[in-house]
Amino acid sequence: MSVVAPRTGLTVGRIGERLLRHDAVPKVTGEFEYASDLSAPGMLWGDTLRSPHAHAHIVSVDLSKALSLPGIHAVLTHADVPGSKHYGLEFADQPVLAVDRVRYVGEPVVVVAAEHPEQAKRALGAVVVEYAPLEPVVDMERALEQEPLHPNRPTMGHGYRDDPRPNVVRHLVIRHGDPEAPGDVVVTGTYELGIQDQAFLGPESGLAVPDGEGGVDVYVATQWLHVDRDQVAPCLGLRPEQVRIHLAGVGGAFGGREDLSMQIHGALLALHTSRPVKMVYDRAESFTGHVHRHPARIRCEHRATREGRLTCVRMRILLDGGAYASSSTAVASNAASFALGPYRVDNALIESTAVYTNNPPCGAMRGFGAVQTCFAGEAQMDLLAAELEIDPVELRTLNALEPGDTLPTGQLITGSLPTREVIRRAAALPLPEPEELPRESVRLPGGAGNTTRGEGVRRGVGFALGFKNICYSEGFDDFCTARVVLRADGSAVVHSAAAEVGQGVVGVMLQVARTELGTDDVSLAPHTTAAVGSAGSASASRMTWMVAGAVRDACRAALEQRERQAGGEVDVERVYRHPRTTPLDPETGQITGERAHVALAVAAMRIVVEVDVELGLTRVVWVGTAQDVGKAVNPLAVEGQIEGGIAQGLGLAVMEELVTRDGEILNASFTDYLIPTALDMPPVDIELIEVAEPDAPYGAKGVGEPPTVVSTAAILSALRDATGRPLTRVPVRPDDICL
Amino acid sequence: MRITLTVNGERREADLWGGESLLTLLRDTLELPGSKNACEQGECGSCSVLLDGALVCSCLVLGAQAEGHEVVTVEGLADGERLHPVQEAFVQAGAVQCGFCTPGLVVAVADLLVRVPDPSEDEIRESLSGNLCRCTGYVKIFDAVRLAAEAR
Repeated sequence: MSVVAPRTGLTVGRIGERLLRHDAVPKVTGEFEYASDLSAPGMLWGDTLRSPHAHAHIVSVDLSKALSLPGIHAVLTHADVPGSKHYGLEFADQPVLAVDRVRYVGEPVVVVAAEHPEQAKRALGAVVVEYAPLEPVVDMERALEQEPLHPNRPTMGHGYRDDPRPNVVRHLVIRHGDPEAPGDVVVTGTYELGIQDQAFLGPESGLAVPDGEGGVDVYVATQWLHVDRDQVAPCLGLRPEQVRIHLAGVGGAFGGREDLSMQIHGALLALHTSRPVKMVYDRAESFTGHVHRHPARIRCEHRATREGRLTCVRMRILLDGGAYASSSTAVASNAASFALGPYRVDNALIESTAVYTNNPPCGAMRGFGAVQTCFAGEAQMDLLAAELEIDPVELRTLNALEPGDTLPTGQLITGSLPTREVIRRAAALPLPEPEELPRESVRLPGGAGNTTRGEGVRRGVGFALGFKNICYSEGFDDFCTARVVLRADGSAVVHSAAAEVGQGVVGVMLQVARTELGTDDVSLAPHTTAAVGSAGSASASRMTWMVAGAVRDACRAALEQRERQAGGEVDVERVYRHPRTTPLDPETGQITGERAHVALAVAAMRIVVEVDVELGLTRVVWVGTAQDVGKAVNPLAVEGQIEGGIAQGLGLAVMEELVTRDGEILNASFTDYLIPTALDMPPVDIELIEVAEPDAPYGAKGVGEPPTVVSTAAILSALRDATGRPLTRVPVRPDDICL
Repeated sequence: MRITLTVNGERREADLWGGESLLTLLRDTLELPGSKNACEQGECGSCSVLLDGALVCSCLVLGAQAEGHEVVTVEGLADGERLHPVQEAFVQAGAVQCGFCTPGLVVAVADLLVRVPDPSEDEIRESLSGNLCRCTGYVKIFDAVRLAAEAR
């Protein structure tokens, strides 16, 4: 077994130190092996034929011509799937390969394996599929009345509220206090968000290698090795231990790798051909081959006293989950749970519904659910501040949710939640002075397009506050395993299946192990299902918390054992669990135990923008943020998460949207789907607020999601300040501003 | 067809088909996967290499066009075990997260600092605007560029 040793010459870090990443060295030299870089002797190339229809019956599939082409080793359909024909993160509602019906543009129908990738492409072109198109369900409101896309209702009977309406994945209602409670003032609004894509740079890729004994090894870029295995094995008709999933280098994830991509397809082809099979998506296929952030329509009514105290909030949230459930249930729940923002509100009615449509499937993306409702709720808070003529920061401080208060689900906040401190510190960050004119065009809205010399440019300042849960919720039995080997020579090896997706969890594991073991001589073993139990997902801002707990416990147990046996090699595995959560009551949305969410993290952001109001072009000038991090395990990595999270929120605010027509994505490329570049990203001033989370190992909270939750809302606040426009939809387009 | 080119100072021969990009040639035939395949249409810069000293997206260059020319990839920057100053600066500044954009950025920054040894903030931003990064928000990448410029 090979062990990845840290390269010498790097700072050795304990918890709280600015640790340089040991994997940065192979990443800057090009040696780091990403999933798309893998190869094996005798390897074939796999490829996928996808549906061109959003909704259709499959009448017939003719493979004969494809099979006759040179270099082709396999052309497989659903008939070749030996086990379960369906899989899914929560409900097995998604076919491995379409059976008799396709439900979205891009749904896999046939997979092929060939000697050369170009031969595989030709074979896909030679497969003849006859479709009988059906009317696509593409409007999330109308979906509730149209024919069910999943007539067998795979989402019913799972403990959520069983909603009889067609195409409901989950309908959640939270009733809190008296939802009819009045206020002196009322503000209402309807807000919409388009579909955002994770747009990680490393495309979906993997290599499946048959083991010669009926099993298979899959090397893949993913976020949760063990849950991949548990979905792959049943579809292959294999026992879990016959499927070993190994983490290959991951080129970003952001939620988009929670669902399977090539894992089952590659394994099927490898087992069928008895050859290693590599699959690599191109950018267009990546855009259709993974789930996206749920687009949403949110209606809000906020009621408050004359002094600005919120008395009652009513929200109706509709989320388009697309063709398959993925993690829509959790997204709907998070949207509802955090709909009110980090504010104390005694009365509320929150209704959250995720629906099936024939649009692209949506699932996890950084900040899921909370991003959508933060954008809507913070717009409402600005409206309320304007209506009451109260300073927006003061209004937020007045209503700040703090420990001892309750969430609308009835959950008492017992952990850390320094909301007022976060507001105060963000608001105290000095704004940059307006920059003199004339100036370089790259520092004006429109940038290198050279569209203005400053005429028509207005400055705006915005503020927003947001929060989100840390860890999985609602009774999910979440755990994380780590294994520590202490060698006789005093060195240590940590085994974990925690997915390093770029966030730096490898550093966290080293820092914890070094701190606990009191030695620098710690290395990490490869991440695999073959050598250690599940670590859970690199999701929900949970990985640092969970893996820190697991590695800490394993280190301590290993030291104890070594003491007991008086030296020699020690090999210990430990499982860490966070405090238990329980489900929400399906009828009232209230907690059924002490808590439905483990912990919360809050962030505030202050933003300066400039807008060319004549052309509708925008420029984010500066971001100041204060974030509640519990304890910054590695401040360098925490800053990186915050800066990167802000960039993704900026993208959603002003540029990123997958545009669809009748369910088909029209801009599946980096030419047409724009993500922020070096010219779009402003400087960022960061205040880390460290109030230890009592339930978390070392007091550390996850940090990846709060910046993404808040930044979209904060930028919109600034854009409204600059333009005076309501701007109720993101991303904001030029004609939203200037027409 | 068979072509001959110089890659990272070494003369290489390779068989390729007419439609093959320089990126595919480097990654799949010459076993230099450091140049990355994020978009393969010239939008992201992750495949950036130097072709006769000029910064190009290798996905937009046909492999056959490299016949008789000189290519430097990210694998050719370090001097043995000693990192190139730009590589060192990326490590030191914390400019690497998932790292998929990193090889292209390292090549692009090395090229920038040859042309403009002390770039202004605007020059840094503009010259790197063809290299997409999805993890870092670029802030620490700018730090790395300044660090590398100081170290030169």
